[in-house]
Amino acid sequence: MLGLDTVDLARLQFSTTVMYHIIFLALSIGLSTYLAFLEAMWLKTGNRVYLGIYHYWLPHFAVNYAAGVVSGVIMAFEFGTNWSGFSSKAGGINGVLLTYEVITAFFLEAGFFGIMMFGEGRVSRKVHFFATCIVALGAYISTFWILASNSWMQTPAGYAIENGRFIPENWWHVIFNPSQPFRFVHMSLAALIATAFVVAGIAAWHLYRNNRDTVARKMLSMALWMLTFVVPLQIVAGDVHGLNTLEHQPAKVAAMEAYWKIEPERAGMPMVVFAWPDPEQEKNRYTLEIPRLSSLYLTHSLTGKIQGLEQWPEDERPYVPLVFYAFRLMVYLGFAMLGLVALSLWLRKRKRLYDSRWFLVLTMLATPAGVIAIEAGWVTTEAGRQPWIIYGLLRTVEGVSPFSVSTLVTSLVGLWGIYTLIFAIGAYFFFKLVRRTPEESLPAEEQHDDAQENRAPRHPFSRRSRRDS
Amino acid sequence: MNNELFPIVWFGLIGFALTLYVILDGFSLGIGILFPFVRDDEQRGIMLTSASPFWDGNQTWLVLSTAGLYGAFPLVYASLLPAMYLPLVLMLMCLFFRGMTFEFRSEADSYKGFDIGFSIATLAVAFIQGMIVGSVIGGLASDDSNFAEDAFGWFSWFGLCTGAALVIGYALLGAAWLIVKTEGRLQRRFYSMVRPLMSLFVVSMLTVVVWTPFVNERIAERWSRFPNLLWLGLVAVLMLGLAVATVRSAARRHEKRIFLLVVAMFVLGLIGLIASLYPIMLPPDITLWKAASSRSSQQFLLVGYAIMIPITLGYTAYSYRVFRGKVRESEE
Repeated sequence: MLGLDTVDLARLQFSTTVMYHIIFLALSIGLSTYLAFLEAMWLKTGNRVYLGIYHYWLPHFAVNYAAGVVSGVIMAFEFGTNWSGFSSKAGGINGVLLTYEVITAFFLEAGFFGIMMFGEGRVSRKVHFFATCIVALGAYISTFWILASNSWMQTPAGYAIENGRFIPENWWHVIFNPSQPFRFVHMSLAALIATAFVVAGIAAWHLYRNNRDTVARKMLSMALWMLTFVVPLQIVAGDVHGLNTLEHQPAKVAAMEAYWKIEPERAGMPMVVFAWPDPEQEKNRYTLEIPRLSSLYLTHSLTGKIQGLEQWPEDERPYVPLVFYAFRLMVYLGFAMLGLVALSLWLRKRKRLYDSRWFLVLTMLATPAGVIAIEAGWVTTEAGRQPWIIYGLLRTVEGVSPFSVSTLVTSLVGLWGIYTLIFAIGAYFFFKLVRRTPEESLPAEEQHDDAQENRAPRHPFSRRSRRDS
Repeated sequence: MNNELFPIVWFGLIGFALTLYVILDGFSLGIGILFPFVRDDEQRGIMLTSASPFWDGNQTWLVLSTAGLYGAFPLVYASLLPAMYLPLVLMLMCLFFRGMTFEFRSEADSYKGFDIGFSIATLAVAFIQGMIVGSVIGGLASDDSNFAEDAFGWFSWFGLCTGAALVIGYALLGAAWLIVKTEGRLQRRFYSMVRPLMSLFVVSMLTVVVWTPFVNERIAERWSRFPNLLWLGLVAVLMLGLAVATVRSAARRHEKRIFLLVVAMFVLGLIGLIASLYPIMLPPDITLWKAASSRSSQQFLLVGYAIMIPITLGYTAYSYRVFRGKVRESEE
């Protein structure tokens, strides 16, 4: 198909299914954290606005979580179906990490998710709050393990090779391999940012239509505060992660920055703002550069040296344009986010946050910014690892299952078909859900009192009470 | 191999996870299979509500079985899955679709389309799972690790038979679950299903058992040897006894006993299957020792299992306790 070989097709299938999956995961991490915080605030202050926001986002979380589970089942099979060469050799490591994810996180999330969603009147408020917290905790534990697995493929450690198979020698080193902590922090923050932008965008849209909506105001304010703290933190985390990549996967960094040649000593590396990297000529076209800037952020010195791609044989280099652009996209989005945060602080100070229509429009436009940045970041790190499936040890070509092109095209078309269908239905319901104004989900005062008088609380956190109210 | 014990333990643990999946997601799948026999939207809502608090947890046992296979027996994981590629991809697509129709139904204005989609996807998932079991029993007819090359190697007539048998079995399990969770007219509906479903199930199981020796020579040889034949006879008698007891319990309206008896039939059937294959994990000739990952992998996995699985079973039981009793209204 289109001149793609079986490895390309397998990669295309895996990347599209995993890029789809990660959206649900990121939003599940973020929303579960948000819901736990909202429930804590409501229990502490008794302010119904928190409860209103909780109700507003609960069905979103439910759908996201469920989609994450089922699209995750697909991923759990795909390592074996499409990457049998990889999974037969590395199953003793990656399969074990995946199993740990299942037993320490998936069950925890799934078990308490049921109580969180449907526990109305059946468990006390404390138990309900506990369930919400456990669901959020499960999301982070899950992130921890799957990133241990991915990071081990980026920066393998703690293993031996016997008969071509990877044998774990030191589990501590396998799990906390050199890039794991960095990736875990970077991804967790990214999930919070992506969710905060979605929440802020929806809130901004409602305020654009009616800026007296108190629930939407609270929503926007909370989301922007979140971003105010986390976006700068993420830029620092990203920088540190970049340094870690430079140390362990220098070829990836060279591709991210589109450095072909090894520049002479003491010149300092420019930052390539824009270019068209040409792998055949091994140079950049239409280049716009800022001198010495890359040296500054990669080596924290104005004259630091960074290796160029010419150092690696051609068959050990990633495809530069993809890595370069994906990385640019992520970084530029990151700084655009920082700009938005700065604007929000300025407007907050002037008490114009909720009625500057241009800012609300800007925030609406930024709704998918965090999700796009996550996708771009993953493309950077995964395409940047190529041509290796386990960096420096096993090539992607050796990892793939030996299917024919026609088999792969069949599965690819089938999966794309079903994903498109579900995306369409999902988008329809997403818009249906967000059309409700946040104020609508504010529980009525009397109903709430009723519940307290009867001492048989219709549990305020369940899905049903939202529908009844 | 000098570390022979670990693979056997792991073989058992994966069998345990798979058995729990078959029982727990089995009743949720059964609900979807029984959808066409219940016309009323509200009643279908009640059927779904009976499973919704456990829905995701039930499916997680499938992820655990798969991941456990990946970690403890990478060779089986990396051979079986590609060999079953197209049916597996179709099953996963249907699982995805089934999960999403289930989730979106509660937000929909009209249930009809969702119910039809949900039911068809469920049926496909159940059938393909049964078919894969049949194909595994029949053996993957090619030499080591090149399973992936024959795109239609998964097809067999025997597989169609096991697929049908599993659909019927899940339907029975679903009916038994719904008897526990419903009341009144809806419950009577499921009571009346027990006898016909059980008859079909017994017939399909007998067909599978009689057919099995013809597709797997090793099993044929094993079953025909003396003490084993006795065991086989014992299992068959036990199964028939359980079947009769189930139908009787339905007549006497012993709600919970029906479900337990059907579960016992599933457990017995799965044990019989595993005992017949042991120590072959992937017919014709991949043994569990050949397929096992290193000792350090299996050992580390066991630590996690020993700590986490009892805890998991604990809070899973708690969740079933919290949501015990009849479902009175659909929580759609």
